[in-house]
Amino acid sequence: MTVNDALFQYTLRLGDTNLILGQRLSEWTGHGPFLEEDLALTNITLDITGTAKSLLEYAALVEGKSRTADDLAYLRNDRHYFNAQITELPNGDYARTIVRQAIIDCFDFYFYTELAKSKDETLAGIAQKSIKEVTYHLRHTASWVERFGDGTEESHNKAQTALNELWQYTGELFEMNEIDEILIKEGIAVDLNLVKAKWEQYMTDLLQKSTLVKPENVFMQTGSRKGIHTEYLAFILAEMQALPRMYPDAKW
Amino acid sequence: MISKEQILSLLSEIPDPEIPVISIIELGVIRDISIIDNASISLKITPTYSGCPAMKQIEDDVRKKLTENGFTNITIITIYSPPWTTDWINAEAKEKLRKYGIAPPENTTEDKSWLTGKIKSIACPRCKSQNTKLISQFGSTACKALYQCSECLEPFDYFKCI
Ligand SMILES: [Zn+2]
Repeated sequence: MTVNDALFQYTLRLGDTNLILGQRLSEWTGHGPFLEEDLALTNITLDITGTAKSLLEYAALVEGKSRTADDLAYLRNDRHYFNAQITELPNGDYARTIVRQAIIDCFDFYFYTELAKSKDETLAGIAQKSIKEVTYHLRHTASWVERFGDGTEESHNKAQTALNELWQYTGELFEMNEIDEILIKEGIAVDLNLVKAKWEQYMTDLLQKSTLVKPENVFMQTGSRKGIHTEYLAFILAEMQALPRMYPDAKW
Repeated sequence: MISKEQILSLLSEIPDPEIPVISIIELGVIRDISIIDNASISLKITPTYSGCPAMKQIEDDVRKKLTENGFTNITIITIYSPPWTTDWINAEAKEKLRKYGIAPPENTTEDKSWLTGKIKSIACPRCKSQNTKLISQFGSTACKALYQCSECLEPFDYFKCI
């Protein structure tokens, strides 16, 4: 694999994770638990979808085969998507959506902090931009985790159940393969072991503050690095891709 | 040949699509202008927020303005580095925001005290009272937070520091 191939695959993976998460979260728009929270999550969704756009545009440029960001988003099947599985899982109730979001915001916070130092100027630029936004996201979702966990018995149970169900999908966030190896040597990609240590520390502190129990010895799901997904991804793509596939020349 | 100052003054006529009291130049999103000749120009533009829907509008407005002024070959490149910051909004533009009813960004982004929860008080843009409270970190657009004044009771937007 050439460095350029690896850079394309890497950027695509990051773009896919943001795109699928943004698409999933957008289901809450207009359905949030109350107005301010609806606006907050919709703003977060917008940032994430915007980051996906920046990343997929760059992936298309790196690939150099005259595919556009829209082609990448709308004309690939689930087996050619590399988003982390946690992003495609159904939203569930609000506690579950927020617990997942805090897990990912915390990952993104430390990940983009590292990526901002990348030797690839475009990735570093996108990371510098995103980290400012993610800082706000994490502050918001972490404070909700605390309120759910340390709130009523019902909110506590919902947050704990979400945590127990979602934890098995966190291992994948830190998986590295040939793509990462090639790009770490070039000073482009992030060594996810560095991110993992910081993420674990933050999550441990947050869960403790929230009176939630961190799941231990969990079997970790895997597959997205190879394009293997849960059954939920294909349904998201079906909805997201229906229009551009039906009207391939549609402009708006 | 048309000068950079003339281009800047042309672009200063374009209002921000979401906050029309300030221009896109005052917003600080135009990062570089290179004039090739009287028909060709290349501009670098940087987004305020990753998902800001106004960016497309700004790009379209810039194209329209330049086309009206004789340019036929317009290149607009989006750059991400250095990332946009509210520090690029100058004092004059901040005053325009305040008059419009949006509390301008109070701190420089160098000041990270808000990260630890120590948020400086934001003055109400209407009655100037410091007795205000945060309703939500996220407001009507990506760049704003929602506050309420405890004196005059009016809710207001605050342009957050990033
Ligand atoms: Zn007031």
